[in-house]
Amino acid sequence: MPVYLDHNAATPLDPRVLDSMLPYLMTHHGNPSSVHRFGRATRAALDRAREQVAALVNARPSQVIFTSGGTEANNFAIKGTTAVDVTGCVAIGATEHPSVTEPAVSLKEAGWRVMVLPVDRTGRLPSSVAESFRGSRPALVSVMWANNETGVIQNIAALAAEARASDALFHTDAVQAAGKIELDFAASGVHLMSLSAHKMNGPKGVGALIVDAAVELKPLLRGGGQEKDKRSGTENVAGIVGFGAAADLAKARMTDYGTRVSRLRQRLESELSALGGVEIFGAAAERLPNTVCFGTAGVDGETLLLRLDRGGIAVSSGSACASQHREPSPVLRAMDIEPELALSAVRVSLGHDSTEQDIDTFVAALASQLAQLRRMTGRAVG
Amino acid sequence: MKKPIYLDYSATTPVDPRVAEKMCKYLTLDGEFGNPASRSHPFGWHAEEAVEEARAQVAALIGADPKEIVWTSGATESDNLAIKGVANFYGKKGRHIVTCKTEHKAVLDTCRQLERDGYEVTYLDPEPNGLLDLEKLKSAIRPDTILVSVMHVNNEIGVIQDIAAIGTLTRERGVLFHTDAAQSAGKVPIDVNATNVDLMSLSAHKIYGPKGIGALYVRRKPRVRLEAQMHGGGHERGMRSGTLPTHQCVGMGEAFRLAKAEMGGEIGRIRMLRNRLLNALKGMPEVYVNGDLENRTAGNLNMSFNFVEGESLIMALKDIAVSSGSACTSASLEPSYVLRALGRNDELAHSSIRFTIGRFTTQEEIDYAAALVKEKVAKLRELSPLWEMHQEGVDLSKVQWAAH
Repeated sequence: MPVYLDHNAATPLDPRVLDSMLPYLMTHHGNPSSVHRFGRATRAALDRAREQVAALVNARPSQVIFTSGGTEANNFAIKGTTAVDVTGCVAIGATEHPSVTEPAVSLKEAGWRVMVLPVDRTGRLPSSVAESFRGSRPALVSVMWANNETGVIQNIAALAAEARASDALFHTDAVQAAGKIELDFAASGVHLMSLSAHKMNGPKGVGALIVDAAVELKPLLRGGGQEKDKRSGTENVAGIVGFGAAADLAKARMTDYGTRVSRLRQRLESELSALGGVEIFGAAAERLPNTVCFGTAGVDGETLLLRLDRGGIAVSSGSACASQHREPSPVLRAMDIEPELALSAVRVSLGHDSTEQDIDTFVAALASQLAQLRRMTGRAVG
Repeated sequence: MKKPIYLDYSATTPVDPRVAEKMCKYLTLDGEFGNPASRSHPFGWHAEEAVEEARAQVAALIGADPKEIVWTSGATESDNLAIKGVANFYGKKGRHIVTCKTEHKAVLDTCRQLERDGYEVTYLDPEPNGLLDLEKLKSAIRPDTILVSVMHVNNEIGVIQDIAAIGTLTRERGVLFHTDAAQSAGKVPIDVNATNVDLMSLSAHKIYGPKGIGALYVRRKPRVRLEAQMHGGGHERGMRSGTLPTHQCVGMGEAFRLAKAEMGGEIGRIRMLRNRLLNALKGMPEVYVNGDLENRTAGNLNMSFNFVEGESLIMALKDIAVSSGSACTSASLEPSYVLRALGRNDELAHSSIRFTIGRFTTQEEIDYAAALVKEKVAKLRELSPLWEMHQEGVDLSKVQWAAH
């Protein structure tokens, strides 16, 4: 049985989530906009799912706009709050996902300025970042709640408060954080928050943008007027129902998940440190309990990855979206990690059902591969 | 026979059990859940293989190359991507777009947004039968026109536009041609290379696939360029970023494969059922078919029942699930803009019912529906003072209604 340790890339669908979805693939097929009984049944299912997703992040159901995933939610947040006919400044964190950086960069064509907020060596935005808000007066600030590669968690409440103090809107990509740590939209001061179902044992192809009613948001998709005219398109009923079920499950087991994976991660990190020559990126920062991103000097991460895979272990280096590229991760470079070390990076991301055996198997395989690779390098040098 | 009887296939279709079964394989725990963009392990590879097989199946239904298929979250997104994508990319070449008043809102509202952004849009009137007069289209095209968008089959009245002729015209004039084929794919044979279509929007849930997945056909020869509307990890050759939902792509692929295999036989059966319903109803006085009957998709029947109030009729017909106006706009009580564009007055537009027949419709259901409609229309007319006046020979258009 292969060992799967790449939960930040994709998570297996929980069987209970599948069970919740099946009736909406098999029997209840109505278009939620139809006035007849078939439509009313699926409309009711959507409403329930909306409540479940809202509950996960302590938002109101009316603040939930369903999308086709985290990428769309991020695009929506950034393009929906930056008007075409005026220009200004958008500030984004230095370690954002491409689905935040690319839409921001696309605004440059329309005359917008994009300010990148640097992180320190631990991967966090320093408190001094508030000065740049006061100086540049961005219309929108976007900083992810937790990073997909390193797991580093930002001080979102503080950043949101600073953004508000400078009359900026604050958006956070919470795709990796949701379902792993408690998120409180209401208390956080955040204006917009992106979520994705497939990062929390839900189906791919569905996500949400949580938005404060006070935010003026221009729709990205226009048409039949669904989601209160904010996001048109016939709703992915089965997917949304699955998202609701996944959110519900995540909320119920959040504390248990935190305790379990933290303990496993602890085990992993002590075993890694016993190996020697391993540096854990962002170790000094608060991180998601399931994520460890580390480098090993003198070893190529991609090669290590492929060898581990041949041994039946799935992990990753860099984010999934960028698996085709061979440049050092921009996230790690932003943390001032040397390019060679960054290229050796491996990310292990645990799931709620990962086991001690998974950890031990991984470490044993890693130790073996490191020994072999170092011997080979040694030979090449000598 | 279970009630309500479903006769609203154009609003959405049930997922074919064969499609659902295939999708489940990619939703369960046997290792098929990997992210298709994860190149480094088999979990990712299997997912990628399945998605590419599905892409080829979608392409095959319309005679396209798999490389010309871009996955989206549905036809609404495909329409938005096609129109805004072309407008943004070719904006320096020209800023004029031509479309038709009977398009789906996903096309019309996207055009309205472009108008606010400084583009000019010409909205052509169809003929009373719903079809576009090609001479009118020809005259509407200007040197600064960059796009024509005309849907293949209309969702409300089912009429089929001559996209081959439109494509010939647009190619001659150097203008890109987009067609919303959400209602036609799998119901009417399509060959993109026989029709000079440059962009085509496709939907899964209109053809027994799941909701929340669609595609946009983007021609490569000659190459059509688009400005992406969803930016991010660079998926779909940079045209549409976002993790691909494997099970959804597989579902759409399977639905399209089945449609290609079964369309021939199915169309005949469905047309027979539709005609049976039509023949049962057309004998009633003061009923009108909306849209051309000849150039019409086999499963659509849209009729107006004069002197009957639309909402009351829908409520009286609660044993059959049908619609009046398109599903997307059923929340509002405005008369269908499509029927208004055909020249129908408000009353006839309001009293219209759209029946759409599909793969699982039986003759028994059709006969039941016909009997029910005849009964309820007669009953409602009995209660209608307007019907009484009409029967007495009063010309209602000449009556001076007093306000009070």
